[in-house]
Amino acid sequence: MSKELIRLHDLVVEFDGERILDSMNLYINDHEFLTLLGPSGCGKTTTLRIIGGFLSPTSGTVTFDGRVINDVPPHARQINTVFQRYALFPHLDVYDNVAFGLRVAKKPKAEIDKRVKNMLEVVSLKGYETRRIDSLSGGQQQRVAIARALVNEPKVLLLDEPLGALDLRLRKDMQNELKRIQQSTGITFIYVTHDQEEALSMSDTVVVMDKGRIQQIGRPEDIYNEPKNAFVADFIGESNILDGVMLSDYKVRFFGRVFDCVDKGFDPDESVDVVIRPEDVDIVPVRQGHLVGTVTGITFKGLNYDIIVEFKGFKWLIQTPDYHGVGETIGIRLNPEDIHIMHKSEYSGMFGDYSSYSAEYDELTEDAADEEE
Amino acid sequence: MRKNRTVFLSIPYLLWMLVFTLIPLGVVAYYAFTDVSTGEFTLANILSLGQYIGNIGDSMLYALVSALICLLLGYPVAYFIAKQSPVAQKFLYMLVMLPMCMSFLLRTMAWVGLLQDTGIINNLLEAIGLSRLPLIRTPAAVVLGMVYNYLPYMILPLYATIVKIDPKLIEAAQDLGCNGAQCFRRVTLPLSIPGILSGMTMVFVPAVSTFYISQKLGSSDTILIGDLIEKLFKQAYNPNMGSALSLLLMVLVFIAVAIMNRFGGEEDGVIV
Repeated sequence: MSKELIRLHDLVVEFDGERILDSMNLYINDHEFLTLLGPSGCGKTTTLRIIGGFLSPTSGTVTFDGRVINDVPPHARQINTVFQRYALFPHLDVYDNVAFGLRVAKKPKAEIDKRVKNMLEVVSLKGYETRRIDSLSGGQQQRVAIARALVNEPKVLLLDEPLGALDLRLRKDMQNELKRIQQSTGITFIYVTHDQEEALSMSDTVVVMDKGRIQQIGRPEDIYNEPKNAFVADFIGESNILDGVMLSDYKVRFFGRVFDCVDKGFDPDESVDVVIRPEDVDIVPVRQGHLVGTVTGITFKGLNYDIIVEFKGFKWLIQTPDYHGVGETIGIRLNPEDIHIMHKSEYSGMFGDYSSYSAEYDELTEDAADEEE
Repeated sequence: MRKNRTVFLSIPYLLWMLVFTLIPLGVVAYYAFTDVSTGEFTLANILSLGQYIGNIGDSMLYALVSALICLLLGYPVAYFIAKQSPVAQKFLYMLVMLPMCMSFLLRTMAWVGLLQDTGIINNLLEAIGLSRLPLIRTPAAVVLGMVYNYLPYMILPLYATIVKIDPKLIEAAQDLGCNGAQCFRRVTLPLSIPGILSGMTMVFVPAVSTFYISQKLGSSDTILIGDLIEKLFKQAYNPNMGSALSLLLMVLVFIAVAIMNRFGGEEDGVIV
């Protein structure tokens, strides 16, 4: 990409003795689309608020363009924010909301008018100038919030779960829209979300966070294909996570059987977590299978079926286009590139078992609801 | 169906209103348009209200000045309370309400004791070697009495409005380049207008019709409408004239409130 714009060095945030951020180190490049991804309470919004200047870290430094900005108040930073649920000014109409920052900056009237009108066009709200905020739909308010921030031509735009309150359809449209705006303006976007799909589809860089710590930083493909630990593997997409032993480079044993894999560089006989993505598993006739299991559950998902298959007491989630009834015995084959090996971590054993599949789904949706509160 | 049932709930109050507000109002109107001695219909009472124009003007002016002073004193307090922790807010709210627990007459009498020529303040001034001041029987004393009595009615609606302003809006203003003063002028103040208007109304309306304060704290030549009405009823034994004046006062209050609300309605959209 290009040069470094923001650097967070050893950031610690504590509230009432509770550690919200734990030695966070991160640099963000100019023109980058970076997403902070994690469950509620992981510290992603706290990180964003520190960059915006709304919160001072307990210790550590924030550097912007080579200058430490810990003590610079929000209004003096070249950063604008799209707030969760927008925080539009209810006493102003659409035009005045968008013009707010330019008026504070005492720009000439003609320039303000030109830039506001232009920005309203960018977000497809031409003709809405005199509309009251409370007469707009959620999607329209969303776009006013984006316009209000972008019209100031900030170096960095912070977005705090901006699509959280929108329905799925609108969400997809706005994802594309945001990506397009980011690419055409070249403004650095720092985006906070708990929606992994959103993070993967929009970002140049994804930062996966949990418990105030960065779990993994990488391109979306790397995060998905090479998760660093069980938390990342579980949070990004679906994963079956098994205990295994790395015998040597490219050889891993699990379920009492040795498989070829593409990973190396582990200690001999090191205990590892083995990740198998549900969509990577090939279902074959029983006789040809590496492993043989029994289908214990099936859910139709539109594009495919999610089936739960029990192997020696451990339940896997497998995605398949073909119907397999409950009670059916099936064989599976695993190709070397379908097997991902991770070092053991504090998260080992916490994720990746689908024994209580439906319960886990409930938790996920509850989580999402919490976030929006 | 549902609507009918909720109407049912308001019946006690509607009855109350009918018996104790609407019927007396009819009586007032009846008196206002009848002659004091013959009881016949007449416009004479209404037409002779012009003689009281000075008192009416004084009342309006005193009430307006008091309301404005209450606003200037009350806004910072309301703002301060709204920014405290929820527990502190409850406590401070109670403190603001506290004077309202005391009798209105008592509170006014207390000021007489403080301000009169041989009152506490003047005694104190003399004790430290200064001369006594004419504190009581001045317009300032009347305004002081009004402000003291009606200040809580300004603070409470202001507080209720300010505390509801979403702190995210202040953050948004900061984010868009506002320093503290600009945040206040561009966001907090315009969003407190409903509270300002309701506070102004809540102070102005009782202040314009008040009696007793000016009797006790004002000079004998400032007679406000409230005192005048009392005089007409109790000393001049002219309830018909008193009723006419009451009716006029009511109309003026309605007009004043309408103007304030109108002002608010316009203000809503156009602040730049």
